Amino acid sequence: MIKLNNIVATYTTRRGQVNAVDGVSLEIPRGIILGIAGESGCGKSTLMKVIYGDIGYPLALSNGGVEYGFADEKGHPVTSATIRKQWFRRISYIPQSSMSSMNPVVRIREQFVDFQGPGLNKAKVLEEVRAYIRQLDLPAEAIDAYPHQLSGGMRQRVMVAMATFFQPDLILADEPTTALDVVVQKGILLLLMELQAKMRNTIIFVSHDMGVHYQITHKMLIMYAARAVEYGDSEAIFKAPLHPYTRMLIRSLPTIGDTQLREGVSGRPPSLWENLQGCRFAARCPLATELCRTRDPAFIEHRPGQFAACHYPGEQSIPLEAAA
Amino acid sequence: MTTIIKAEGLNKHYRLGSMLRKVSINALDNVNLAVESDEPVIVSIVGESGSGKTTLAKVVLRLVEPSSGKAVVYDTVVAGAGQQTDPVAFLRTVQPIFQNPFEAFSSYRTVDAYLADTARRVNRLDGPAATRAIEEALAAVGLKYQDVKGKYPNQFSGGELQRVSIARALIPQPSIIIADEPVSMIDASLRMNIVNLFLRLKKEYRTSFLYITHDLATAYYISDYIAVMYRGSIVEVGQARQVLASPQHPYTRLLLDSIPSTNRKWTGRGFVASDIETKEFQLTGCKFANRCPLVQQICRTQRPEPRRQDDGRDVYCHFV
Ligand SMILES: Nc1ncnc2c1ncn2[C@@H]1O[C@H](COP(=O)(O)OP(=O)(O)OP(=O)(O)O)[C@@H](O)[C@H]1O
Ligand SMILES: Nc1ncnc2c1ncn2[C@@H]1O[C@H](COP(=O)(O)OP(=O)(O)OP(=O)(O)O)[C@@H](O)[C@H]1O
Ligand code: SF4
Ligand SMILES: [Mg+2]
Ligand SMILES: [Mg+2]
Repeated sequence: MIKLNNIVATYTTRRGQVNAVDGVSLEIPRGIILGIAGESGCGKSTLMKVIYGDIGYPLALSNGGVEYGFADEKGHPVTSATIRKQWFRRISYIPQSSMSSMNPVVRIREQFVDFQGPGLNKAKVLEEVRAYIRQLDLPAEAIDAYPHQLSGGMRQRVMVAMATFFQPDLILADEPTTALDVVVQKGILLLLMELQAKMRNTIIFVSHDMGVHYQITHKMLIMYAARAVEYGDSEAIFKAPLHPYTRMLIRSLPTIGDTQLREGVSGRPPSLWENLQGCRFAARCPLATELCRTRDPAFIEHRPGQFAACHYPGEQSIPLEAAA
Repeated sequence: MTTIIKAEGLNKHYRLGSMLRKVSINALDNVNLAVESDEPVIVSIVGESGSGKTTLAKVVLRLVEPSSGKAVVYDTVVAGAGQQTDPVAFLRTVQPIFQNPFEAFSSYRTVDAYLADTARRVNRLDGPAATRAIEEALAAVGLKYQDVKGKYPNQFSGGELQRVSIARALIPQPSIIIADEPVSMIDASLRMNIVNLFLRLKKEYRTSFLYITHDLATAYYISDYIAVMYRGSIVEVGQARQVLASPQHPYTRLLLDSIPSTNRKWTGRGFVASDIETKEFQLTGCKFANRCPLVQQICRTQRPEPRRQDDGRDVYCHFV
């Protein structure tokens, strides 16, 4: 079990301080794929940074922390304070753009070795890497290339290889396939699912594509304006979402063949700089009442295993599919 | 009729590698496309990662010189023989939205400085008039000027910066916007607001779009025409709804089959890509031959010519 305990993550800017993640608590069972979705700027990447332990100016963890549910070499439970020592071996990270996280003038194989940290027998690691790469249907030449010689799809598959090589307990992936065509994306996602099923580790996966979430995730977290607004089994969330924002997120998906006008969620999320009162979704919510505008809904379990922060959870008056 | 956008035998070769071992990539390999209309149109370019979509956009934007061939935008020759040049007039006609917003903005400059630049250089606006134009453009993409002012690119989330870059392109009210994956980092609900904004601009301001995307559903939703690219070449081009509803080229079919839907789960393994991609860029026959379920001998030796279908689309395949 990975526990997020009331996490508040704060950026310091010239204008002052702003909480990009504002009180997120969650218990994530081990060995699942958790998907995170939510509006642009709602704090998904910031939460990933916190879980990875990549915290430093201008980002600070101003409250709470993560308990990872595994122990370090000395048998101490790993927490936000000690997670950095577990990078690569117990926790790994696939960033959105592999190009910007790879050194353009160094061959992939060197990066692979550097990436794994010091104190290893390079030749031996490299040999294992080659064997591993072949298992993943990647051509062996791939690791002798420079990053720019590989296509975007190949680079991301190499990143998946790097991130899974040590079979870490936890893999974080922040939109790893958004820059790719759907054919290549499908190949990478199926590879990731296959590896996860084999290794039984936990993957946290950020994506804007609800179709991707439906295909690969076991549980989903929906975020809105720095908060968790819904969490539960993906199947239940797609079938019967509790929070109106989740409903609207699912409903706004167009599909090929339907030509009717689709509306997104109109309006915009509240500025995190403002003094926020009541439900953060109230200004855009078709169900909002005076209660919503004045009282902050608590994030609670409304159905077994399904949590939401809403005063009117599961209210059906917003149809899932826009009327035909 | 206005030639909204036209590519005539466009080629772009990139040379890679050392002095001794040169490899050439045909990022654009004899690309032909013509859209003529008196009404504004939205033309989508979809297809494989690395198939030349951005290169095509950059040729149209005059950022990349083609190796050969010609490109026309709104009746102006922008690349190749007879090229006409007037930088400011060009920017009033054509505005870009770049693929990676983090590369489009320098990390040492606040992003509102770019917005002010565009307002001054292209619209000749200063002071409160410029601010008003900027505020309006930002509001159209769901952002507040106050929340943008004075911030550097790394202080935005991916989707926020992408929206700033859309707002910048709106300020000059151009005839056509070349939008290279403008919504790739934007979630489903906001994405609909942005593509609906494109539809509204087309209707109210008569703005045309070249919309490059991996999101086939929004391409279906907004575009009039669509071109599907694979390894530097167009494989199928025609009216968007017809092409996407009944794809003819085997690659277009594979593409549509791979969309992650929310009603049917994937089964089995993914398509294993052939990986030595540079080689495929140089195939003399059909570039899809190595992966195509319909492949015959002729496909390996002869590049398929476009075959015109009853509905006006062109399909580059020996067997349609
Ligand atoms: N370095 C920074 N300094 C100040 N504010 C920041 C910084 N990085 C992010 N922010 C702000 O924090 C909020 C959350 O950003 P984050 O990148 O976590 O969003 P996100 O949910 O990942 O969005 P997207 O889907 O667009 O990637 C945004 O409002 C953003 O403007
Ligand atoms: N400056 C360059 N030098 C060498 N090769 C290049 C250059 N720019 C692009 N290429 C190559 O040309 C091909 C086409 O690239 P392009 O960026 O146009 O593809 P794309 O269709 O936009 O891909 P994506 O969907 O990943 O954005 C790729 O193989 C790419 O590696
Ligand atoms: S609490 Fe009220 S405003 Fe907030 S989502 Fe629920 S119904 Fe809408
Ligand atoms: Mg992000
Ligand atoms: Mg591109």
